[in-house]
Amino acid sequence: MAVTAMLGRRAMLGGTALMALAAPAIWTRSARAAGTGFDGARHLLSRTGFGPTPSEIAQFESLSHDAAIDRLLRTARPDAATPPPSWIGITPPEARQAQQSFQRQRKAAAAAGGAPGTQQADGASPAAPPARPGNLQPKPLANANPIQEQGRELRNWWVEEMIGTDQPLVERMTLFWHNHFTSGLQKVRFAPAMYRQNVLYRRHALGNFATLLREVAHDPAMLLYLDGAQNRASQPNENFARELLELFTLGEGHYAEADIKAAARAFSGWGLDRETGAFRFYPGQHDTNAKTFLGRTGNLDGGDILDTILAQPRTAEFIVAKLWHEFVSLKPDDAEIRRLAGVLRDAKYEMRPLLKAMFSAPLFRDGANRGALIKSPIELIVGTVRVLGIPVPEKTRLVRAMQAMGQVPFEPPNVKGWPGGEAWITTNTLLMRQQILRRIVEATAVASADDGPEGMAPPGMMPKPGRRTDRREQMPPEMARPVEGRSLRGAGMSARLGPSLSGVDVSTLTRALLPLPPLTPMPANATPGEVVATLLLDPVYQLK
Amino acid sequence: MLRRDLLAGLSGFAVALGTHGAWAQNRPTVAPGAPRFDRILVLVELKGGNDGLNTLVPFAEPAYHQARPGLAIARERVLQLDERVGLNPALEPIMESWKARDLAILQGVGYPYPNRSHFRSIEIWDTASAASQTLTEGWLAQAFAGVKRPGERRIDSVVIDNNALCATGGDLHTIVMQDAENFINQAKAMREMGTPQAANPALQHIMKVRAETHAASLGLAERMKGAPAPAKPYGEELFGRQLELATRILLARVPVLAVKVALGGFDTHAGQRDQHERLLGQLGRGLASLRQNLIAGNRWNDVLVMTYSEFGRRVKQNASGGTDHGAAAPHFVMGGAVKGGLHGTYPSFADLQDGDLKHSIDFRNVFGTVAKNWWGLNRDFGVRQPQTLSFIA
Repeated sequence: MAVTAMLGRRAMLGGTALMALAAPAIWTRSARAAGTGFDGARHLLSRTGFGPTPSEIAQFESLSHDAAIDRLLRTARPDAATPPPSWIGITPPEARQAQQSFQRQRKAAAAAGGAPGTQQADGASPAAPPARPGNLQPKPLANANPIQEQGRELRNWWVEEMIGTDQPLVERMTLFWHNHFTSGLQKVRFAPAMYRQNVLYRRHALGNFATLLREVAHDPAMLLYLDGAQNRASQPNENFARELLELFTLGEGHYAEADIKAAARAFSGWGLDRETGAFRFYPGQHDTNAKTFLGRTGNLDGGDILDTILAQPRTAEFIVAKLWHEFVSLKPDDAEIRRLAGVLRDAKYEMRPLLKAMFSAPLFRDGANRGALIKSPIELIVGTVRVLGIPVPEKTRLVRAMQAMGQVPFEPPNVKGWPGGEAWITTNTLLMRQQILRRIVEATAVASADDGPEGMAPPGMMPKPGRRTDRREQMPPEMARPVEGRSLRGAGMSARLGPSLSGVDVSTLTRALLPLPPLTPMPANATPGEVVATLLLDPVYQLK
Repeated sequence: MLRRDLLAGLSGFAVALGTHGAWAQNRPTVAPGAPRFDRILVLVELKGGNDGLNTLVPFAEPAYHQARPGLAIARERVLQLDERVGLNPALEPIMESWKARDLAILQGVGYPYPNRSHFRSIEIWDTASAASQTLTEGWLAQAFAGVKRPGERRIDSVVIDNNALCATGGDLHTIVMQDAENFINQAKAMREMGTPQAANPALQHIMKVRAETHAASLGLAERMKGAPAPAKPYGEELFGRQLELATRILLARVPVLAVKVALGGFDTHAGQRDQHERLLGQLGRGLASLRQNLIAGNRWNDVLVMTYSEFGRRVKQNASGGTDHGAAAPHFVMGGAVKGGLHGTYPSFADLQDGDLKHSIDFRNVFGTVAKNWWGLNRDFGVRQPQTLSFIA
């Protein structure tokens, strides 16, 4: 009952509210009949990006659904706009050397009664932090563990790109490929390779699946992650071959154990140059005997295996089913998946025609499918930061919040990636989500002048005494409280919302932030901050 | 009948390593009485596929040393349990339990038509399914399906890990957590809220988890108040912290049926030696401390600790100083009510299947035995001729 009443009210208020927004009223009104509308635009943007702001939605609502999709797919920039970390050019020997030198230092320091990386050792410098206004990057720590420090910078770099990007679909697809062709820094242990893999996924984010697959098979991070670099004719290592078939292309049940063994032999000799870390073929390690793979026999090499896989209709179906789960619905629809797999094959594995067909599918637009997917931790955090328009110069706390909810970029839990869907929500992670959102909402109360955005760190992740987990103490003092509009609740009418939300009426805020009517009643005479706070803490905010 | 099937099953194996007699003592089954709600199972998942051959080492078997020139544990390093097999030296801490006869080692645990995919195989274990069958409900949920629990209970199982599949589904109330205090504080703040009737499945799921969390927190908060800290400390690693929380729950006598923890990193495709011994060291120390804490807290007779893993590893080492995915492997069961010793037979090296050890104990019979002799529930988990094993005294 309450729901229908609410819906009715929303539908009624919606139209007038939108006028005030961004677009000139004259063409908004006339175009709306043909346009995809506010809710349609919101749905498209929230499924293909990160928490759209009211003004982003306004830019799309007057477009037809087709035109809106075309605009999403028309992306020009092949690389991230955020400048990469400084160390991406180092070679494996250099990385090893840095690691060894760190370990020597640590031993020496331990012998001298302290260890680098402890608060004690850091204590000397941050006492008088250098004031460097305008420079958001804190000074690198001389005594940090290089691999850990690089991992931190790498994760922060990507999170910064996701927050700042003007082509969110590219980042969502980069994340999709990262979760499909998984690799993790903990196993790879060479951050430049993980960076380059991410660059590869971004370049091919909306490109050609066949090309991407071939490049992935040559990708150094992948060769390290699935032990391909150790695969020799004398003793083949099956790890990559198995996951290639099971998780990357065909899926379980569409090949035999013998195919895995044959594929492993075909890829033998694909390795890495020890000096440069680049792909290198070692002919002496390659198995040149005849192999039979999916019915094809001959002296097959890795390229032949990939060609054979790409010739299987099943490969397109497998990829489409995974994209369907990511973008459309947790419920697979076999007929639609077969139809869309046909589109992908006809397009010779080009992704744009497939995505266009998928986003135009009736089930994608179906009202019952709105708000039927659960946001991933990355979507939740990046989306919230984008929507609130709060500047967060230091991303480490955001990553820590993602970790508490079960998703760390560059560290999937295993080669299958994050399972997603309902698995995102357990008693543990739901508590974490609410708590992290509550802290963002309440940040103001605690985050007066000297406390900083402490709220972003979930309690289990709080720095332990004596352990260096963040570098806030090294940041210039004005950086320590970057959260504008943090007075969401409790600061009364003086609460300032970020530019993305200020001046937007309650009804529009509700329809922009939530895919379905809220379950929490809105307090009477709520301040704008209270409205946003109430919406962020509503269970429906977890949905997209 | 049961016994004849059992022997028929065994005759298929070349019994190269002999048995410890446990099989022969398989008693006729007694119909279970009323379900026992005072007994707790602690499951320890060894993630990635633990190498059983370097856990319970068949040191007297020449084929073992031949297949693993760089990985085999030398006879003089092995903690010998009998004239054929012994434990990896890193497991020294659990020798106390072995000597006290409350450690059972089940040999060759696996299932027919083994699947060598991590995800599929752990799913088979967690849902107690046959290799050819896909089930969605965890085996603990299946075990307690339709069993009315005492009225005041809010929580059936606590999973201190991110894989809760074994305890998922049905009407089993499972909570997943990493830190008890934080859980309680947050869950209390999560007020009950009505779910709209037309809610989609995702929203329904969220609302269900919310309600469960809130209900669970009420009972847990009451119980954990002033719970004693374990006397014997655990390591600072994740596994140690998980065991610490498990111990606090057990010592506080929170009425649960199962607690699950996990130790990861067993997927040793490369450079196995140091990594594996480090993990077994963590496992051994953790289990030994758990035992001492539960004995001191007078809980040891009410707790059954059991390891499991998606598969063992290939007999032959690979070129990377590691091992690839295999099949059957040994597992540990500990507890005051456990009948210590070796159970079942070590799989034969003369009868490998695709280079892997064949199972001699179907894991579903292990689960069935726990259901029956621990909880008093008759469950066959789809095994056509179920066998009750004798590791519970």
